[in-house]
Amino acid sequence: MSAVLESGCADTKVIPILKERGQREVFCGLTGIIWLHRKIQDAFFLVVGSRTCAHLIQSAAGVMIFAEPRFATAIIDERDLAGLADANDELDHVVRRLLERRPDIKLLFLVGSCPSEVIKLDLSRAAQRLSSQFNPGVRVLNYSGSGIETTFTQGEDACLASLVPTLPAAQVEAAPSLMIVGTLADVVEDQWTRLFTEMGIHNVSYFPPRRSTELPSIGANTRYLLAQPFLADTARVLEERGAQRLPAPFPLGVEGTTAWLKAAADMFGVSAEKFDAVTMPKRERAMRALQHQRPQLEGKRIFFFPDSQLEIPIARFLSRELGMQLTEVGTPFLHKQHLAEEMAMMPAGIQISEGQHVENQIDRCRAVKPDLVVCGLGLANPLEAEGMTTKWAIELVFTPIQGYDQAADLAELFARPLNRRMRLVA
Amino acid sequence: MQLTLWTYEGPPHIGAMRIATAMRGLHYVLHAPQGDTYADLLFTMIERRDQRPPVTYTTFQARDLGSDTAELFKSAARDAYDRFQPQAMLVGASCTAELIQDDPGGLAKALNLPIPVIPLELPAYQRKENWGASETFYQLVRALCTPHAPAPGTVRAPRERGKRPSCNLLGPTGLGFRHRDDIKEISGLIISMGIDINVVAPYGATPADVARLGEADFNVVLYPETASQAASWLQRTFAQPFTKIIPIGVGATREFIAEVAALAGVDAAPVLGDPRSRSTWYAKSVDSTYLTGKRVFVFGDATHAVAAARIAAKEMGFKVVGIGTYSREFARDIREAAKLYDVEPLISDDYLEVEARIAELQPELVLGTQMERHIAKRLGVPCAVISAPVHVQDFPARYAPQMGFEGANVIFDTWVHPLMMGLEEHLLGMFREDFEFHDDAGSSHLSHLGASKEKTETKPQQQSAVSATNTPNSPPIGVVDVVATVTATARSDNNLAGTPTAANGPWVAVWDADAEKELGKIPFFVRGKARRNTERFAQERAVAPITVETLYDAKAHFGR
Ligand code: SF4
Repeated sequence: MSAVLESGCADTKVIPILKERGQREVFCGLTGIIWLHRKIQDAFFLVVGSRTCAHLIQSAAGVMIFAEPRFATAIIDERDLAGLADANDELDHVVRRLLERRPDIKLLFLVGSCPSEVIKLDLSRAAQRLSSQFNPGVRVLNYSGSGIETTFTQGEDACLASLVPTLPAAQVEAAPSLMIVGTLADVVEDQWTRLFTEMGIHNVSYFPPRRSTELPSIGANTRYLLAQPFLADTARVLEERGAQRLPAPFPLGVEGTTAWLKAAADMFGVSAEKFDAVTMPKRERAMRALQHQRPQLEGKRIFFFPDSQLEIPIARFLSRELGMQLTEVGTPFLHKQHLAEEMAMMPAGIQISEGQHVENQIDRCRAVKPDLVVCGLGLANPLEAEGMTTKWAIELVFTPIQGYDQAADLAELFARPLNRRMRLVA
Repeated sequence: MQLTLWTYEGPPHIGAMRIATAMRGLHYVLHAPQGDTYADLLFTMIERRDQRPPVTYTTFQARDLGSDTAELFKSAARDAYDRFQPQAMLVGASCTAELIQDDPGGLAKALNLPIPVIPLELPAYQRKENWGASETFYQLVRALCTPHAPAPGTVRAPRERGKRPSCNLLGPTGLGFRHRDDIKEISGLIISMGIDINVVAPYGATPADVARLGEADFNVVLYPETASQAASWLQRTFAQPFTKIIPIGVGATREFIAEVAALAGVDAAPVLGDPRSRSTWYAKSVDSTYLTGKRVFVFGDATHAVAAARIAAKEMGFKVVGIGTYSREFARDIREAAKLYDVEPLISDDYLEVEARIAELQPELVLGTQMERHIAKRLGVPCAVISAPVHVQDFPARYAPQMGFEGANVIFDTWVHPLMMGLEEHLLGMFREDFEFHDDAGSSHLSHLGASKEKTETKPQQQSAVSATNTPNSPPIGVVDVVATVTATARSDNNLAGTPTAANGPWVAVWDADAEKELGKIPFFVRGKARRNTERFAQERAVAPITVETLYDAKAHFGR
């Protein structure tokens, strides 16, 4: 078995999990559109929502006003609510105009929001209706990114889950294949493809694909690795299609990446020698790169506000590979099964919190006086003004951080604010 | 349902937040789902506020619906009171909570908090941000000032002899375009006239300050978008007159001084000639001759757009070729201004429609919001920002007001900055073949503006069509291509916006190769206009193809 598990769960430590309810200071699932629309290049995301939803995506995207974004909002207005206009007719009309304008779209997601859900606008029926209208040129799917159902990265989960039923079925006698699940930077995928090829694993696909016409096939011989920790629903529907998850920690840091790759290597019968021969040079290079960041981070105390569900794997990496001390690690949602390997590697004596009561959490953060706080954009400057050093959590989902050659980049994201604070003397 | 790519204004509760965040000692309890907390970052990131907005969100979830969302609201309001101890509280709903009809006002009332609680009804499916700010400020002023109001019909007692006149400054909010600096500039001006400032609100005011508004002799309305509703109520209730002139530009500032002086009964003369005022002389200096007749397109909130058009025409010597606003509430002001310049007003919050209009008019300078800055960048037209919606760049570290004499100086500099200097323009025109005078060279003082990076970014249609092969290193795209693409974009945008324009007819310009080459010798910053004029000339005469002679015939016809 991998080195990770040996060193990880020797003792039966119990990490307390504080479950909180109160004001949550997190984005809703619509935010995932910002990276998803760049990943799947022929897909378009049409939010069916309010002016608030449109404003959220625009504000979260910040300065990134793209020349022509592949997302838009169909803003529900009073006429739709008062029944003066049939919301379904209106939606059909909007979609028709959109598709006329963008003939390059092959896949259209209707994305549900809080308002569309509260008024019970049935987007799955709308998607079916529109799909049959625009068949075969455009496929129309739907999912919910609403804030009453989804938190931040759960929007990607809902999106991918909606896409799974459209994956072609693999032949029953198909050779075992590996599927990497979760949106990744293209550069990371390309690195891994090279590694898998060197190990002799050739049947590798990525989901979501870069183009909707390149959907990987799936069946009982599909084994999948989660590249992201927030894909609970996607995993469930993948298993309904016969795929089996390879349990592993997440590919963050050298240790996490090694254990994650090893899970695939073991499954595909790659010998230990071969595995080491392929990965060792990369591991060593990554560890050398990490050594540059270590002096900045070692012994520093870090506090996580909940944001993307990446908190636990990242905390594990910072603690075990860079010697940071974890104080509280907040996460919006903790998936026990998917994070079992991660939890086994967490150091004792830390506080994990799930959910949020932002005021109480800020109080705890002030009491703990961490050296570095990981938090959302709404909290960062106010905490800096109180004298804390902060790292924006959102950067962690917009930056290539997975895999060996990104491990030091990930560490650097945390070292930079500390470094900066040291430089600024005025 | 309206298809929206980018919005100029947020929902009305964002307007309420702009009031609450600008003030001190006020708290806003907003019934809203978790995603709506994004609004905090507008203030902490764009405006770099060092405190969280004073807003508590209930962040109800699907599982709360139909059971205890009302209870959730009550406990959130109670906790917010206990924790923040505000002097007054605003309560309301965002778009989603409006649909579940929990009545935040009634629920908050039932809590019997020992402070004024002001319920806000902000219809999220009809109204937008500026309306929300105006309504919130009005409700707040009404609730806090009513206890101090004189009996209806009371005649305002004349000011005691020897007492200095006083006024309030109304309208500046959080996320306002240069509000922070306008307050300083106008306060300084007013104080130098011997007038006291009673209260500035909402920016920096507490609820207790707002309750004192009635004590001033008159009100100065800096931003009608947020303050005119409240000012009208104060006029009716406290017999306080208010100013109508917005002091943006030298001419308007002088008129504003006269208006304030009349309301306060003081002499305007001593402050009319501010020694810091340089923009008038700068505009007159021969160096500025090249600004003459530059075609500008103006777009923004109505107040800033009207002011900018006036400055452009009267204080810079530009030609206003288009004016518009995204705020329907103030459409009338824009229509009136449009008459002055004999142009078609554009009242629209559809970004694509604005883009199409700019592409069609091909101005030499765009004065707009951050949205128009992006449009202009795409079209390769210089742009200066004059109005909200704001961006982090609109909160400069230095003092940079828009109002008063210093504001006029700032505006002069800001607008001239993106333009090509006069002599440089001539040299470029004369020596087209100089290898360093290529299209991407741009002007020397703005080397970043002409950089090819900006142009590769543009290309909406093309980008989508070739995205599979589009690498970040794709070669810089010639300006002619950009113009052509822009025209194509404008046409399809028009289809989407459902407003076909005259330019949209079946006639298609055909250029012969020599004419196309000759067009390429014209400096890029006027080439768009030359192309447009020539095509119009050719269309009117059904000339095809366009030759070198057509180009010069058109030039002679249009006189430039
Ligand atoms: S939380 Fe709901 S209403 Fe708010 S932006 Fe997200 S989906 Fe829209």
